Amino acid sequence: MSNQSRIRLERVTKRWDATTAVDGISFDVTPGQFVILLGPSGCGKSTTLRMIAGLEEASDGQIHIGDRDVTRLPPGDRGLSMVFQSYALFPHLSVADNIVFGLRSRKVPKAEQRERLAKVAELVDLTDYLHRKPAQLSGGQRQRVALARSVISEHPICLMDEPLSNLDARLRSDMRREIKALQSRLNMTVIYVTHDQVEAMSMGDRVILMQYGKIVQDGTPDELYNRPASAFAASFIGSPAMNLLPLEAGEEGAVIVGESHTPVAPLEAVGGQLGIRPEDIALSTTSTTGVPAMVVSDEYLGADTIVHLAVGDHTLRVRLSGRHRLAGQQYRIGWTAEAAHLFGGDGLRRDDLTAYSLLPAAALSAESASSHSQLQPQR
Amino acid sequence: MSFTNHRKMQLYGALLLLPAAVLLTTFAYLPTVTTVINSLFLPGFRGAPTEFVGLENYQVLFDDPTFWKVARNNLLYALGTIPTSIALALGMALFVNGKLPGRGFVRMAYFTPTILPMIAAANIWMFFYAPQIGLFNSLLGALGIPGVNWLGDPSVALGSVIVMSVWKEAGFFMIFYLAALQSMPPELKEASDLEGTSRWSFFWRVTFPLLMPTTLFVLINALINSVRVVDHLFILTKGGPNNATNLLLYYVYENAFSFFDRTTAATITVVILVVLAVVATLKFTILDRRTHYQ
Repeated sequence: MSNQSRIRLERVTKRWDATTAVDGISFDVTPGQFVILLGPSGCGKSTTLRMIAGLEEASDGQIHIGDRDVTRLPPGDRGLSMVFQSYALFPHLSVADNIVFGLRSRKVPKAEQRERLAKVAELVDLTDYLHRKPAQLSGGQRQRVALARSVISEHPICLMDEPLSNLDARLRSDMRREIKALQSRLNMTVIYVTHDQVEAMSMGDRVILMQYGKIVQDGTPDELYNRPASAFAASFIGSPAMNLLPLEAGEEGAVIVGESHTPVAPLEAVGGQLGIRPEDIALSTTSTTGVPAMVVSDEYLGADTIVHLAVGDHTLRVRLSGRHRLAGQQYRIGWTAEAAHLFGGDGLRRDDLTAYSLLPAAALSAESASSHSQLQPQR
Repeated sequence: MSFTNHRKMQLYGALLLLPAAVLLTTFAYLPTVTTVINSLFLPGFRGAPTEFVGLENYQVLFDDPTFWKVARNNLLYALGTIPTSIALALGMALFVNGKLPGRGFVRMAYFTPTILPMIAAANIWMFFYAPQIGLFNSLLGALGIPGVNWLGDPSVALGSVIVMSVWKEAGFFMIFYLAALQSMPPELKEASDLEGTSRWSFFWRVTFPLLMPTTLFVLINALINSVRVVDHLFILTKGGPNNATNLLLYYVYENAFSFFDRTTAATITVVILVVLAVVATLKFTILDRRTHYQ
């Protein structure tokens, strides 16, 4: 029984004439998991979700839910519910009628409908709005109606297609927590499509990153952040994105293009890219090791400052906590070997090489900013 | 200062309204008022002045069995054309809204009768209905069934006119339904598919209620059209045989321009206007309450 909400995709493909939207992807979702399908627009994540829902038919491959092959089953027979980006509420029906719409379709007895409605309305905090029409609700409330409609069906699987992208930023963070709480409380299996890496990192037990209809990386948010499988994954997760610096051959190893004096990695890394997260870079004025860099500008964001530095031919971003005014100054920057990621010419992660550790002696980093006398955050 | 400015703005607004007001007054309001006045007078013959007779013209009209026959014909005509053409229009719109090979062609084919001028369409149907050489009777003859005098037999003639009107109107109403269907977000269908809602149930619970504003609009139009029939009667039957297909507006036309009885024509016109106004008001007040506007 507990296996009922297991979802398994085997080489699922979707083609429209000449274009392949989804290209042979496979994954296996265990019951109770919160899985994020993440990727830029047009990467095939929504199409994948719609194939699981049965709204699109797979051109190839198999989709299993529980022990059943549902690849050719109509959506209503798959035992799942879905929340749409546009909410898909019926504008002429009241909130209550919207929520019980599916129960009426499935001919659930009236008394049970009322009972379940009361329970679900309580759960999503809509009890006072049951007689309103969707047009009389705010965006967040409409979102809750859509959630209630999928919760009341009591299907163990819920698919969500960018459910928060029509909400403003503040409401979105509230709803993120609400959805996550609802999911763990009801022990639902959720597949959640988004292009927002913040949603992916904060909500997902597991993130499947897609590009051009293929899976780039499938792992926990932690793995995606700390061990990105490719330069694309590295650039997609994290805000601001990871710095990616092309490498060329120097005298004593690979160097950043335009900065030939400081080797940053073994020669074998030439032709690939060096990736460092903005929060992993340390700044120093006194150190003689590290890569020389010139501050171009700084962006104050409140809790931290994003500093833009020119290194060789490139600009990279460094995140420092607190407020700093550094424009025009000369620094040396560095990082630990663990913080540096190397990607090959094909964009894939190279675990066979280790970048050099370039941590300057007394450095200013996100963690140690306040301990450095010369660069106290300015208040 | 601000008072004169306000005045100026009012004058400005009035001037902007003037062209439309002049046109409407000349061609709609004035004729209506004159018609109402005419219906209260008897014309003077040979230079004698017209005589005010109050509602006597109406009394005469309501005592006239031909008027009641024509009114009954028109009621049958309305009952025959309005529900059928609306149902057909909705069916055709649903059909061509789906995924269908050659969809554009089918849509165009459905709309063709609307583009044809009424006179031309009536002439085509003349050929279909003609007793000896007509298409319908030829087809029936091929099957060995004796032909029907479609327009000559008083018991069939009105039915024949109704069939042609439905053919002419359904395509026009289809366009409105099609436009409304196209503006319905496809997610609604997807959301109900996920709940295993049958097509039939989705139609009655979602599509039809959301089409209500369109239905109301089409209903009013169909009602107005049903008392506006002159042209195809003029070609097909001239109201005959024995007034079997005579409808109100054609009767007005006959009275005004064949019998030169302007007074009776004016009286019938006023009756038509009153009936239409009452029916339209009823429809809007009753149906509007149950209609969801987006």
